[in-house]
Amino acid sequence: MEPVRFVSDRAMDNLRYIRETMERATPFTGISGRGEMTIGATALIATVIAARQPSFKMWVYTWLAEGLFSTLIAGWSMDRKARATHTPLFSGSGRKALFSLAPSIIAGGLLTLVLTRAGQTSTIPGMWLLLYGTGVITGGMFSVRAVPAMGLCFMALGALALFSPAAWTNWFMAVGFGGLHLLFGAIIVRKYGG
Amino acid sequence: MAKQSTAKQERKQDQSVETRAVSTKQKSAAPNLDRLIHERLRLGIISALAANESLTFSDLKNLMNTTDGNLSVHARKLEEAGYISCSKYFEGRLPKTEYKLTAAGRSALENYLSHMESLIKQMRNM
Repeated sequence: MEPVRFVSDRAMDNLRYIRETMERATPFTGISGRGEMTIGATALIATVIAARQPSFKMWVYTWLAEGLFSTLIAGWSMDRKARATHTPLFSGSGRKALFSLAPSIIAGGLLTLVLTRAGQTSTIPGMWLLLYGTGVITGGMFSVRAVPAMGLCFMALGALALFSPAAWTNWFMAVGFGGLHLLFGAIIVRKYGG
Repeated sequence: MAKQSTAKQERKQDQSVETRAVSTKQKSAAPNLDRLIHERLRLGIISALAANESLTFSDLKNLMNTTDGNLSVHARKLEEAGYISCSKYFEGRLPKTEYKLTAAGRSALENYLSHMESLIKQMRNM
């Protein structure tokens, strides 16, 4: 009975190898370019709304609302793309990307609480951009080149924001969450479709 | 060197799998096995090309994580069998080698997939 199981396991291993090689070789990303562009557009609107808020607390709330809204847009657009291309949303690479992005988002949430309590609010935008970039780079390791490249741009912008005057905060947020999502979303649509 | 010895070990392992397969009532399935693409690296090349219109030598080398020598030996075997086609051209001053999967190669991969699936079904029914 043992050789029988061995042959069966080997055949399954071969099928798995073929699928994984095809996945690695395909210039496909589950990330929706149009979804990213929509997120960029809503981030620009959020920048305008946040800039008009009377307090920093309200500024943070505006961006938290934008963060939640963006998550919904990302989820919906990725699901649509997955259905259109008949690929499972949480395939090997999709699942890896999600698990790579989640830790930096959680870390960002916790640090926001800590820095707000410590009164170091001016570092929050830079920290958000930096941590989001980190998550996108690690998550993007399993995706097309445009994704980690976007993460790298977010990190560079975040690092710059941390050492810039607080008055430039809204510009950094607009260029980062607005501009970079629009730019890389357009690249994904053009080069990888959807 | 390490990669070559690993490849040899894999070939030996594959041969032993087939020996065991034949000795355990798989005589009906084993003769149809396409030995040419059963080898790991060649199977990888065919699979990668099946997912792309074409790939360069350098793309394949990075994907398969192998050496120039190893890749060219296996790619030539597939080319000789008519499973892949190869074209050489210059991009600026750089010479490029591009591979494409032929209709025969795609059909060979499809047959191999069916073969593996039927093998699994047979094992389950035993």
